[in-house]
Amino acid sequence: MGMTMTQKILAAHAGLKTVVPGQLIEANIDLALANDITGPVAIRELEKAGFTKVWDNTKIALVMDHFTPNKDIKSAEQCLECRQFSAKHNIVNFFDVGQMGIEHALLPEKGLTAPGELIIGADSHTCTYGALGAFSTGVGSTDMAAGMATGKAWFRVPSAIKFNLTGTLPEYVSGKDVILYIIGKIGVDGALYKSMEFCGEGANALTMDDRFTICNMAIEAGAKNGIFPVDEKTMGYITGRVTRPVTVYEADEDAVYDEVINIDLSALRPTIACPHLPENTKPIDEVKGLEIQQSVIGSCTNGRIDDMRIAAAILKGKKVCKTVRTIIIPATQEIYLQCIREGLLEIFVEAGAIVSTPTCGPCLGGHMGILAQGERAISTTNRNFVGRMGHITSEIYLASPAVAAASAITGVITDPAEV
Amino acid sequence: MIVKGKTFKYGDNVDTDVIIPARYLNIAEPEELAKHCMEDIDTDFVQKVNLGDIIVANKNFGCGSSREHAPLVIKVCGVGCVIASSFARIFYRNAINIGMPILECDEAAKKIEADDEVQIDFETGVITNVTKNETYQALPFPAFIQGIISSGGLLKSLKERGAGC
Ligand code: SF4
Repeated sequence: MGMTMTQKILAAHAGLKTVVPGQLIEANIDLALANDITGPVAIRELEKAGFTKVWDNTKIALVMDHFTPNKDIKSAEQCLECRQFSAKHNIVNFFDVGQMGIEHALLPEKGLTAPGELIIGADSHTCTYGALGAFSTGVGSTDMAAGMATGKAWFRVPSAIKFNLTGTLPEYVSGKDVILYIIGKIGVDGALYKSMEFCGEGANALTMDDRFTICNMAIEAGAKNGIFPVDEKTMGYITGRVTRPVTVYEADEDAVYDEVINIDLSALRPTIACPHLPENTKPIDEVKGLEIQQSVIGSCTNGRIDDMRIAAAILKGKKVCKTVRTIIIPATQEIYLQCIREGLLEIFVEAGAIVSTPTCGPCLGGHMGILAQGERAISTTNRNFVGRMGHITSEIYLASPAVAAASAITGVITDPAEV
Repeated sequence: MIVKGKTFKYGDNVDTDVIIPARYLNIAEPEELAKHCMEDIDTDFVQKVNLGDIIVANKNFGCGSSREHAPLVIKVCGVGCVIASSFARIFYRNAINIGMPILECDEAAKKIEADDEVQIDFETGVITNVTKNETYQALPFPAFIQGIISSGGLLKSLKERGAGC
């Protein structure tokens, strides 16, 4: 029986020729990631169990991104714990304020994730790196502690759903609309335990940033991971970032899938996920006109340079509506600098938006844009659960950067083609 | 390893919020926390449960948040195993990692009724319903997963194996 791309990566890391869905394996990992919230928990577990050394000080990444620059004393102490641990074990990839960015944008940019690799992270959106043709998945704090101690993790081999993408995206439709459309179609547990494997000429036509956005939200369909084939765009992205040799895996011709879903990208519309689940999706045409008080453009889903560029293209020479707080957060220092070089920050500030240093901030209702009772936001983030961005009666509409920028100008949810 | 006990039966999508409500997550001691296990779905659970008893449920057991507290309180209550048609992904991992035995077996989940006397052999994956005189076959765990569970959790088993430093 042929294997999927994910199954091949898992088999190789477990030292096995083949694996089958449902099989439990122990595999070598290439990187273990935690952040300022999950890191301290894993560190305490590790120390409690009596491990005094880490497996490899170059293959652990600790990124201080959720409540940074620290919003209060408790969050400052969590970062302090990670800082002290990193100093003690000489953790090379400890990213503090000044170097840090949102983890899932930062690690690929730093060349810490590469095709064919196996990455675990104590953060559910670790699945993002599948965009590079890696296997990556979110785990709990005990898994992270074990990964840091031994360089290994256990997995149950997933079956897969194949998404065969055809056509190219229309203007103002992006990777975010693709993944929202898919989650709307299969539901928040539509891919439970499974891999979401994207392929077809439509997949090759997508930009790297669109692929990152799509894999980022695989977890919102319950999936273990999302993954794209490696092509010339992937290799272009890692050039200059990844210097170690990489292995490219391809799904076997006779790989078995639970289901094959065909999606014609050219037929997609800008898509919105309405409160309070990412599966409550509607095409823009059914939601437009709804008043908003805040627009957030950023996060590990949509804080990359393509996202900043499309937002700037829409906001250029325009003003945001006076009643809409517009918060733009480039996801990493490199993206921030690129925005400066391209003059995007000037466009944002002149339009009346604010631009923040990289942080998760409002995405998880941490800081930098909390919603009051009954307020409504359009946001390029990935979850619209009850109370996620503030008060439990507030509402989050998930959308692409183009929709969030257009809506900021008009003050109501707006089709970007109409501004 | 073999466990034997009487069963508690639940339906689909038992989520981590009913296993251990978020309002108690500020409690640090596992024994204190475990006093609220299953409180919102089965108020007397903690009073009724005995060492080795077995929870049986339908699909997607443990869905919701990734809190490790959920399998932990079940374990601290003395439950010997959770059998379900399917588990939510992160609950499944977390349960094994903290040494809480779980088995996926659709047939057992459907046929076992509340208060049946059930025995489980983890080496073979055979689930015996003593009350009904039936057996069901679950996929047994490979040796290293059995090792994790019998050592009382992932980190302890790694230590025992001399893994890491
Ligand atoms: S941006 Fe949001 S979803 Fe992404 S890592 Fe930060 S908090 Fe999590």
